[in-house]
Amino acid sequence: MEVFKSLLVIVLSSVLVNNYVLSRFLGICPFLGVSKKLDQASGMGVAVIAVMLIATAATWPIQKFILDPLGLGYMQTIVFIVIIASLVQMLEIVLKKFIPALHAGLGVYLPLITTNCAVLGVAVNNINDGYNFLESMVSSLGAGLGFLLAMVLFAGVRSRIDESKVPKPFRGVAITLIAASFLSLAFMGFGGIVDNLFA
Amino acid sequence: MFDFMAILTAFLVVAGVGLVLGILLALFTQFFGIEDDPKVKAVRGALPGANCGACGFKGCDDYAKAVAEGRAAPNLCIPGGADTVAALSEVLGVEAEAAAPKVAFIHCNGVCGATSPKAEYDGMQTCKASGMVFGGAGSCVYGCIGCGDCASVCPADAICIRDGIAHVDPRACIGCMACTKACPKHIISMLPKDAVVANFCSNKEKGADARKNCKNACIGCKKCEKTCPNGAITVIDNNAIVDYEKCTHCGACAEACPTKCLKAVNFQ
Repeated sequence: MEVFKSLLVIVLSSVLVNNYVLSRFLGICPFLGVSKKLDQASGMGVAVIAVMLIATAATWPIQKFILDPLGLGYMQTIVFIVIIASLVQMLEIVLKKFIPALHAGLGVYLPLITTNCAVLGVAVNNINDGYNFLESMVSSLGAGLGFLLAMVLFAGVRSRIDESKVPKPFRGVAITLIAASFLSLAFMGFGGIVDNLFA
Repeated sequence: MFDFMAILTAFLVVAGVGLVLGILLALFTQFFGIEDDPKVKAVRGALPGANCGACGFKGCDDYAKAVAEGRAAPNLCIPGGADTVAALSEVLGVEAEAAAPKVAFIHCNGVCGATSPKAEYDGMQTCKASGMVFGGAGSCVYGCIGCGDCASVCPADAICIRDGIAHVDPRACIGCMACTKACPKHIISMLPKDAVVANFCSNKEKGADARKNCKNACIGCKKCEKTCPNGAITVIDNNAIVDYEKCTHCGACAEACPTKCLKAVNFQ
C-alpha cells in the first residue's frame, strides 16, 4: 500500500507539479512546433510516452550497472543521448516492419523525438532523484502523460487563438509564447498540492 | 597528474556503448528492415516534391507509390510539366503525353471603385467566414471577397490581394488547383496557359442588376457570343463562358465586349 501510494505521488507530481514542458521547460520545441492541430499534438504525445518508457528502461540499468560502478557518472549525458537516439531508430525499424499503420501515424514524430530534450531530461532526472527501477518507469510514464496533457491543452488554446483577433504586433510566435506562459502559470498552481495529498 | 586509467575507462565504456548500439542497429536493419521499393524511389526522385496535391494524391510520396504500382497515370503532375512526364516515362519504360499546362484564373474584376461595400465586416478574416454573412461584404455576391483564402493555401505564393481582390501571378502558378478548392465563391478556374482571352466576371445577375453592383460586370449581352467565328463562347446565366477547346485566339470577342469584362490575357 505504501509503495502504491508513493508511486501515485510520483505520477501525479510528474504530470501536474513538475510537468516537463510547463514547469521544467524541457521539450519546448515540439510543444510549440507540433501543437497546431489536435491530432498531431496527441500523436506526438503518445509517441513521446512510448519513447520515454523505453529510454528509461534502457538508461537506468546502464547508469546503475555500468556508469556508477566505474565512476563514470559524468559521461551520463553523452551515453544517454547515444542510447536514446539509437533506441528511437530501432523502434522505428520495428514499427515499420510489424505495425506499419502505427508507423505511418507516428512516422514524422519519431525522428523528431530523437532530439527531444524532455526524453533526456526524464532519463537524467530519474537518476538524480534516486528512484529505483520501478519508480523510474512510473515517473517516465507520468512525464509522458504530462507532455501529452500539455500538448493537448495547448493545441486547444492555439485553435482558439487562430480564431480570435490578435493585435498585429503580437501575431504569430509572440502570442503563442504568451499563451504558453499563461498555461505554465496555471500549472504552477499545482505546486505543493500533491505532496500534501496523502500527508 | 592525469589519471590515464580513468580516461581510458571512460573512452572504452563510451566506445563500447556506441559499438553495441551500432551492432544492434545493424542487426535490426538486417532482420527487421524492409527495403523501400526501388521503383517507388525512382519515381519519387523524378517528381518535383512540391507536395501540392494537384495529382489528386496526398503528396508526392503517395503519388509516386500509386504510379509505381500502376494505379495512376504518369502524367498527372501539373507543376512538373513535360519534364517530369518525360522522366517518369523513362523510369517506367512507357510512353506518356504531358498534361497541358494550366494556370489558375480568378474570374472577378470587382476592384475597389468598381464595386462598393454594402456592409462593414468585422469578423474572422477568411473568405469562408465572411462569405457566410450575406454572401460577403461587397455589393456583388458572386465576386471575390478578398480575404485571401486562396492566397493562404497557395504553395507557390502566386496569389496576392490587390485592390480588394485576389490576383494570380500566372508565371508563378504551378497549376495545383489548391485555390480552386479553397475559394468559397468557386470563381477560380484552371485556364490553358496559351489562353488569350478570359472573362473577368462571374456575375450571374441580369445586365442592369449586375452593372449596378459592379462597373466591370459581365452584363450577358451576348455580343461576344455573336462575334466569335468559332462558336467558342456561350452566355449561360448572363455570364459569358469561353470554351478554350474551340478558341482560335483571334481576340475578336475582347474587342466586342462593351464592359471590357472579357479581356485579353497573357499567361505565358
